Amino acid sequence: MKIIVCVKQVPDTSGKVAVNPDGTLDRASMQTITNPDDMNAVEAALKLKDETGCMVTVVTMGPPPAMGMLRELMAMGADSAVLVSAREFGGSDTYATSQILAAAIKRIGLEPDDIVMCGRQAIDGDTAQVGPQIAEKLGMPQVTYVAEMHKTGDTITVKRMLEDGYMTIKVQTPCLLTCIKELNTPRYMSVAGIYSTYDKPLDTFNYESLKDDSLIDPATIGLKGSPTNIFKSFTPPLKGAGVILEGDGKETCEKLAGILAEKHII
Amino acid sequence: MATFNNTDVAAFKDVWVFCEQRHGKLMPTDFELISEGRKLADDLGVKLCGLLLGDSVEGIAKELGGYGADEIIVCESPLLKDYTTDAYAKVICDVIQELKPEVFLIGASNIGRDLGPRCAARLHTGLCADCTHLDVDMPKYLDFLRNNSTLDVEGSKWDMDDRNLKMTRPAFGGHLMASIICPRFRPCMATVRPGVMKKLPFDQAKADAVQIVKPAVSLTVDDLHTEVLETVKAAKKLVDLIGADYIVSVGRGISKNVEGGIKLAEELAAELGGVVGGSRATIDSGWLSGDHQVGQTGKTVHPKVYVALGISGAIQHKAGMQDSECIIAVNKNDTAPIFEIADYGICGDLFKVTPLLTEAVRAAKAAK
Repeated sequence: MKIIVCVKQVPDTSGKVAVNPDGTLDRASMQTITNPDDMNAVEAALKLKDETGCMVTVVTMGPPPAMGMLRELMAMGADSAVLVSAREFGGSDTYATSQILAAAIKRIGLEPDDIVMCGRQAIDGDTAQVGPQIAEKLGMPQVTYVAEMHKTGDTITVKRMLEDGYMTIKVQTPCLLTCIKELNTPRYMSVAGIYSTYDKPLDTFNYESLKDDSLIDPATIGLKGSPTNIFKSFTPPLKGAGVILEGDGKETCEKLAGILAEKHII
Repeated sequence: MATFNNTDVAAFKDVWVFCEQRHGKLMPTDFELISEGRKLADDLGVKLCGLLLGDSVEGIAKELGGYGADEIIVCESPLLKDYTTDAYAKVICDVIQELKPEVFLIGASNIGRDLGPRCAARLHTGLCADCTHLDVDMPKYLDFLRNNSTLDVEGSKWDMDDRNLKMTRPAFGGHLMASIICPRFRPCMATVRPGVMKKLPFDQAKADAVQIVKPAVSLTVDDLHTEVLETVKAAKKLVDLIGADYIVSVGRGISKNVEGGIKLAEELAAELGGVVGGSRATIDSGWLSGDHQVGQTGKTVHPKVYVALGISGAIQHKAGMQDSECIIAVNKNDTAPIFEIADYGICGDLFKVTPLLTEAVRAAKAAK
């Protein structure tokens, strides 16, 4: 049994975000982090490793600097890592990305008792689409928004969150789960982990190594093969500046309430 | 299905809306999407169909007509009673391959965002997540850009005959907006953010006139690879942010006295007749439950009045509330970004200002 965890390196949008004059993101000026929900997926995998002794492989698609993130995840406890990186893969939308990652997972090798785990969604795109699309491409069941999970033999029982409650769902391996932050608190890298991370295998899959898979068709991957295209990207206008009222006392509050009443807002 | 060619774009027509039901009840988002779908169907000159799956759900279908659907496609099976990815995706993909809609909209609920990508991957078509604006008509799209972007619309060249669905959504936490198209494949699919599209007034005559169509459903237990053991509704009543006219939200500014800060917000909300919301920090810190969250990863709201107490105004928060009719911000820091979008700001300590504001609102209402 092994667990394959799909992770993504993303710009940290919680801090200052810089936008170029042409409306694209100024990535160079931003810190990158491992996508937060993906950290919960990694932690869930490592917990299962603690319980069962299974292997954990982390896989990411992205440019070569993402190797640093993979080393960190191995320092947390993952056993091996795969970087999927090629010019041909660049500009992929979620559909194309899922085909490439599904091909990479097939190349890693999927056994009947394996689990694929993803974060619910990445903070740069917020689509939550790649996980379910990988599951479809691999022909395996999916459970999304996983907040709790228990594995007994090849059966996994999960708590799947809804806006107004939750469902308890039973699913067999192999399957794909997408994780939310309620699932766990990710561990830190350990000192021993940091020492051993450079001894662990980190493979790179390029176009050559995946191209024999039927999913890797130039007509359905990369910028040109993606079903969706960007028609236009733009920045929203700032709302016209309002009024900062003078003072912070009783009079100020009464003045504000007066304005609201006068405008029939209250 | 050998006859299904998703690149034969001209063979696809009609606008479809997936109408989600839970426990036999339609979701509020269904009415928003039917209303929005009506607009798109009129622009394209095609029919608007709702797609309703469940077990014995035909009885709730007509109401959807009251918001503009011409036809409701009802797929019933005991295996569709609870939502499962496998059963719903199979039935939906089958009916799409048979009837070929041009546009397929799904509410971006926790269920819609599970279902949409699974179907899009199977149909080999494009899906745009969590859209906040949709257009097919170019003049309407350009009007939208004039009001909602910093683009030089008049100075750019446009193909005014473009009839692709332009699916607009925020990216990078709301720093950027992107309009996405799916020009080569059909159907063009979008999940749409709940609470954003405006609901049309209900029309009983239209509800009575709606056509019900019931295609054959081919589904067996072997198609399902997950089993729903139970569905539990949250015991606590969840806060209805999306329907609220008045929202008082708290942020990191309440950290020195969390309970006290929330209590002050509740008092102001009660006086206004509204509810309490929170920034991501307050949810991540466990001060408020997730249903209170306003922002990019929480709910999008546009109340009459949005009061931000001790919220700095991170872009991810602004993305969820900047379309409020009137924004009032209270913050100690006069350079907080929330003041850039606030209609009225008070620079001061929320623990001092909020009770005074509650009292002033009470007095102003009494004086009316």
